[in-house]
Amino acid sequence: MLEIKNLHAKAGENDILRGLDLAVRAGEVHAIMGPNGSGKSTLAHVLAGRPGYTVTDGEVTYKGRDLLALAPEERAREGVFLAFQYPVEIPGVSNVYFLKAATNAIRKHRGLPELDALEFLALVKEKAKVVDLDEDLVKRAVNEGFSGGEKKRNEIFQMAVLEPSLAILDETDSGLDIDALRIVAGGVNRLRGPERAMIVVTHYQRLLNYIVPDFVHVLVDGRIVRSGGKEMALELEEKGYSWLEKEPAAAGAAGR
Amino acid sequence: MAAVAEEKDAYRAGFERFAVAHAGSDPAWLRERRTAAIARFVEKGLPTARDEAWRHTPVAPLARGRFEPADPAARPAAGGLATLPHDGRGARLVFVNGRLSREHSALDPGEAGVVVASLRDLLQEAPGRLEPWLGRVADGRTGVFSDLNAAFAEDGAVVLVAPGTVVTEPILVAHVAAGDGAPAVSYVRTLVVAGRGSECRLVETFASPDGRASLSNAVTEVVVEDNARVDHYKLQEEGREALHVATLAARLSRDARFSDHSIALGAALSRSDIDVRFDAEGGDCVLNGLFVLDGRRVADTHSRIDHAKPHCSSRQLYKGIVDDQARGVFNGLVVVRPGAQKTDAVQTNRNLLLSREALVHSTPQLEILADDVKCKHGSTTGQLDPVALFYLRSRGIGEAAARSLLTWAFASDLVRRMEIAPLRRRVEQYLQVHLPGVADLAEAMP
Repeated sequence: MLEIKNLHAKAGENDILRGLDLAVRAGEVHAIMGPNGSGKSTLAHVLAGRPGYTVTDGEVTYKGRDLLALAPEERAREGVFLAFQYPVEIPGVSNVYFLKAATNAIRKHRGLPELDALEFLALVKEKAKVVDLDEDLVKRAVNEGFSGGEKKRNEIFQMAVLEPSLAILDETDSGLDIDALRIVAGGVNRLRGPERAMIVVTHYQRLLNYIVPDFVHVLVDGRIVRSGGKEMALELEEKGYSWLEKEPAAAGAAGR
Repeated sequence: MAAVAEEKDAYRAGFERFAVAHAGSDPAWLRERRTAAIARFVEKGLPTARDEAWRHTPVAPLARGRFEPADPAARPAAGGLATLPHDGRGARLVFVNGRLSREHSALDPGEAGVVVASLRDLLQEAPGRLEPWLGRVADGRTGVFSDLNAAFAEDGAVVLVAPGTVVTEPILVAHVAAGDGAPAVSYVRTLVVAGRGSECRLVETFASPDGRASLSNAVTEVVVEDNARVDHYKLQEEGREALHVATLAARLSRDARFSDHSIALGAALSRSDIDVRFDAEGGDCVLNGLFVLDGRRVADTHSRIDHAKPHCSSRQLYKGIVDDQARGVFNGLVVVRPGAQKTDAVQTNRNLLLSREALVHSTPQLEILADDVKCKHGSTTGQLDPVALFYLRSRGIGEAAARSLLTWAFASDLVRRMEIAPLRRRVEQYLQVHLPGVADLAEAMP
């Protein structure tokens, strides 16, 4: 589904990604871990197409297409979804309206009929249950006045409604207490499926107790230095990252 | 300067002709007030770029152009009245080129305790009812265009609400410019007097066709007596070449409530001077404003809220959306006089620039001469939040629609505060046309 080869990227003026390789197949969940500043969030943003990040070398192929040539909205319509580390508050725009506009933009792109207000509300009702999101929040302005946990749940709720093929979760666990983490992780797990791939970017191993990955990759200085199975996360939790920072990059494409 | 002096002479000569023509019809007190007003104008002259109050606004088109009195017999273009924000209930006064058009108006408010009339009629029938107020609210302090209006205005809307009367339906006062040819000026004067404990709502609209250099000079005087309430709405949709100068002056008695919602969407140049004074304790004033400007339009609001007495509260929220090479000016002054303790004043100005060449001059000012008050002001001017824009796009919403949605969101709290549905819909329609890609904006509101 996704193949990243030798990806080099800058955030603003700074070189962050320095030759990253990763392959993700449908149905797989990949965890990306690494110390602060290693490039985890940059990877998530580059994949979603956030302005301000420049790819200087390498390529990203998604479903056989050059992902980097697509505008952010085109990526979303092709099934890429980014759950933001810091979801944005948009006063004056209701969550429901915003999500209906997004859903119909995606459906239109896929040649599906647009949903009317009633059909959409039925969908919202069903999906809000995935993360136990209060219907009152669904109707409010996007993320406005939401608690940290509510914002993250809203991200997963949006993901449930938009049904992406490739979901990228950028530190969705950061700042969550254990109850909120369980709800968010439970929502994510319900969305796992053979047609859907996920990249879970996290700073903490704790999340991986709840979202059990198929592969774990360690990102250091903009490259994947080590890849392994879910048990590697525990090793990282115990030993930290410093012992890896001296290792050379893992040979070959990771995650196979 | 020579040109300005010439203009002044032209106005003075015009007034001499006007005074002769009205010698028989105007009551003596009105002739005196007109003469005093033209004298104030002659003393001050037309503003120049060196006037502090006109520093950021190109005054030249107002001072330079020759404006003949607009033809009161001209007929509005077909369709020109079709978009009036009116649902058929309540009184409606339509002024074409500054003169009441009886065929388009419905003067009977259908409710007891309120007089809705044209100024011209009332001056003939009962001038004594106007004498205490006319030209006394918008007095010499409100600027030279208000003086010119006081000298030349012959018609306008008068609403007199008897004590204790609640007028349920909003009263619509629509000003329409019509005709073609030479640049023409219309003077209109509106007077609202809300008696003790009464309530009324007034909607004023201004429209003129594109392609014609008209000048509207409008003055609205509002008297809110003890414990009364007046809500004033204004929608300015003048044509692309039109000039619009307006003065709104309100005087609030004890426990009086006044609100103004002012929406400016049109005109080449519009200037709005707002002057609110609390004459007694317990008054409450809300000033909301939104301008949406494209092309090379200029919109300028100068407001002054005079907390002359203690225990009054004022809330001002003005927003500007400025695109292309348009320019907005906001100058808001809140004065708290000595002894006006427990004043509670908040003034906010927020501007959204949609292009690199768009510009807003924002000058909020507090002048506080009392020591036990709560006053706050703030001003921000910026572009659409790039992170919010990316957030919307990352969900599949196209860039143009995302920009429109955020622009709409910026304006929506002011639009929502307009409690008159036909007027709100009119503004929503305008925004829908001007913000591409957003199918149903009203639905977007939380």
